[in-house]
Amino acid sequence: MLITAPKFKENAAKALVDKSLQKALGNVERGFVAKRAKAAAALPEFDALRDAARDIKNHTLENLDLYLEAYEEKVTAAGGKVHWASTAEDARDAILDICTAANARTVTKGKSMITEEIGLNDHLEVNGIHPVETDLGEYIIQLRGETPSHIIAPAVHVNKEEIEADFRRVHTHLPKDRQITEPTALLSEARVVLRQEYFNADVGITGANFLIAETGSSIIVTNEGNGDLTQTLPRVHIVVASIEKVVPTLEDVSTILRVLARSATGQDMSVYTTLSTGPRRPEDPDGPDEYHVILLDNGRSSMLGTEFQDMLRCIRCGACMNHCPVYHAVGGHAYGSVYPGPMGAVLTPKLWGIDQSGHLPNASTFCGRCESVCPMHIPLPKMMRHWRERAFEAHQEPAAQRYGLKLWAFMAKRPKLYHLATGIAARVMSLLGGAKGRLSSLPLAGGWTKHRDLPAPETKTFLKQWAEGKR
Amino acid sequence: MTSETSTRPSPARPKVGLFVTCLVDLMRPAVGFAAARLLSNNGCDLAVPPEQTCCGQPAFNSGDRDDTRAIAEQVIATFEGFDYVVVPSGSCAAMMKVHYPELFAAGSNWRDRAEAFSAKVFELVSFLTDVLKIEALDARFEASATYHDSCSGLRELGIHDQPRKLLSGIDGLTMTEMKDPDICCGFGGTFCVKYSDISNAIVERKAANITASGADTVLAGDLGCLLNMAGKLKRDGSAVKARHVAEVLAGMADTPAIGEG
Ligand code: SF4
Repeated sequence: MLITAPKFKENAAKALVDKSLQKALGNVERGFVAKRAKAAAALPEFDALRDAARDIKNHTLENLDLYLEAYEEKVTAAGGKVHWASTAEDARDAILDICTAANARTVTKGKSMITEEIGLNDHLEVNGIHPVETDLGEYIIQLRGETPSHIIAPAVHVNKEEIEADFRRVHTHLPKDRQITEPTALLSEARVVLRQEYFNADVGITGANFLIAETGSSIIVTNEGNGDLTQTLPRVHIVVASIEKVVPTLEDVSTILRVLARSATGQDMSVYTTLSTGPRRPEDPDGPDEYHVILLDNGRSSMLGTEFQDMLRCIRCGACMNHCPVYHAVGGHAYGSVYPGPMGAVLTPKLWGIDQSGHLPNASTFCGRCESVCPMHIPLPKMMRHWRERAFEAHQEPAAQRYGLKLWAFMAKRPKLYHLATGIAARVMSLLGGAKGRLSSLPLAGGWTKHRDLPAPETKTFLKQWAEGKR
Repeated sequence: MTSETSTRPSPARPKVGLFVTCLVDLMRPAVGFAAARLLSNNGCDLAVPPEQTCCGQPAFNSGDRDDTRAIAEQVIATFEGFDYVVVPSGSCAAMMKVHYPELFAAGSNWRDRAEAFSAKVFELVSFLTDVLKIEALDARFEASATYHDSCSGLRELGIHDQPRKLLSGIDGLTMTEMKDPDICCGFGGTFCVKYSDISNAIVERKAANITASGADTVLAGDLGCLLNMAGKLKRDGSAVKARHVAEVLAGMADTPAIGEG
């Protein structure tokens, strides 16, 4: 998976002037924020549920090895097989092996961020296997050769006019004069095209919102029902999930589900909540012959016991990015990672290295709106700050920036010197501000004055005036 | 009954240390004088320790833990003798109240001192309402204003109703709510210069919401946000004025607004 996080600034600059992207980004606020607020307000126990959900995950993370082993036992007992993958490469290889053994040509896929994380589609394609995304948003970006720009709404950056153009470009077997301007028409067209793919597929791959230790089941929640067809129709079902998806019991899942959809889309529940446990049993009307679970670590176990452990509570609801002013301004692709927004700013440095993704935890105003809506109470700003600390300790920021900060801190620790400097600064800036009382440019302050005036101070600092007896 | 009340000593005037913040000290002394007047006029025994500099946020948010800790120790040592430490800024108050203790290892002497210190720290407006129990202030300000909730004050200290309540009692002042008053203005400390294009996109929306509210003045409790919003409004040629809420509450809003000569 190639990430462009090092180019965050360039990506962002492009995004800010991309008119159609900016138009599409309006949907994030319109589509999610008010709905979440309404759903949260309608449920008096919402905050109590958030606390309970956090506690469940905390307990699970404290005993993760135990619950993972219990989960594996149950999967095995149900006739499935668990494949432990410590890296993305291990996971890709395991999946390819299963597909090859099944002689697979076509693979259908439910929406899954984890397969994005491991770069599965490219890997399958170079090995001659055709992956077909069945979630509408994922299908659209697959046609466009893009990556998701949002973890629950992968094509949120695309306008419906663009989708229509993509469908006309790819679905050339359909009549040219068909009407597909309305979203519903686009949806039905995608349904028709995808229906055949479900039957063609030899293997179905899904992610998992939860893995249940008590029963060995995996759960997906979707709104389109595509996940159900993906996992029941093909001969082989592969679940790809990272290790922190496990929770102890069904009861626990039902608690967390009550905050998941409300935080994500403002629904009480997603339309489909689907459990799958092992392959088809003799008495089952349908289901796969083989059931595999790829359990991916990819750096997560190394977050346990560190200042980043809380991040492993994340249930990928997307609320943090839906409420992020930076995400609203630049969209998901600018982050240059599989995971955008605040949660991505914490996870990306872990997955791809802070040297690659130093911009992400820095490009935040720390407004704290993400933390205030996170159903799992993840202290996202605090963890972004921890990444800044790691980067600072590794001397990663530009030398001028570090030098400036160190000089400032040196002065801040020496009040006399500091007041001498602020006294001079006040006089100079006030002089430059003149009668207008503001500066439109100032050496070394181009970052500020490029877009804003700088209000000028008075000629003397407050402390100086106070010392002189002014009240 | 009367003898009991008369023999009781009158409640001592609380000793309050004013931490003006580095931005107010340098960029807007008027806010410091307004804060000082609000505190002195409302029964506080006020002092302004001259050795104060900055709360350390720039270092803290840049990941420089050592310098942050050193600055925090200095602030604590300077202010821990007061009954209260009052700060005309939600973000500096939150730094001192919420984050200082986290800088020191649990169980250490400095951690204990930091915790005792942070319990005394209050943002100015919430100190007036929540500690001094002030219901209304005697001041006049002819304007129609809209209030911006600065992020740290709102989310880390729960400051939302307090300024609105006090402002609603100011003579001559009509308050109107802008759209999304609780959304960040894009300042974010060093963020606004490190990622100035993104910061600009955010403050553009804020300025548009302020303008659309129809108010002639925008008020807030944090000078950083105010400099950012005023700087944007002025650059765009807007007539909307920006002021710190303390200036209005203290009846000292007759000076030029932020960014005006
Ligand atoms: S960090 Fe919180 S808000 Fe963001 S996706 Fe994860 S659970 Fe949702």
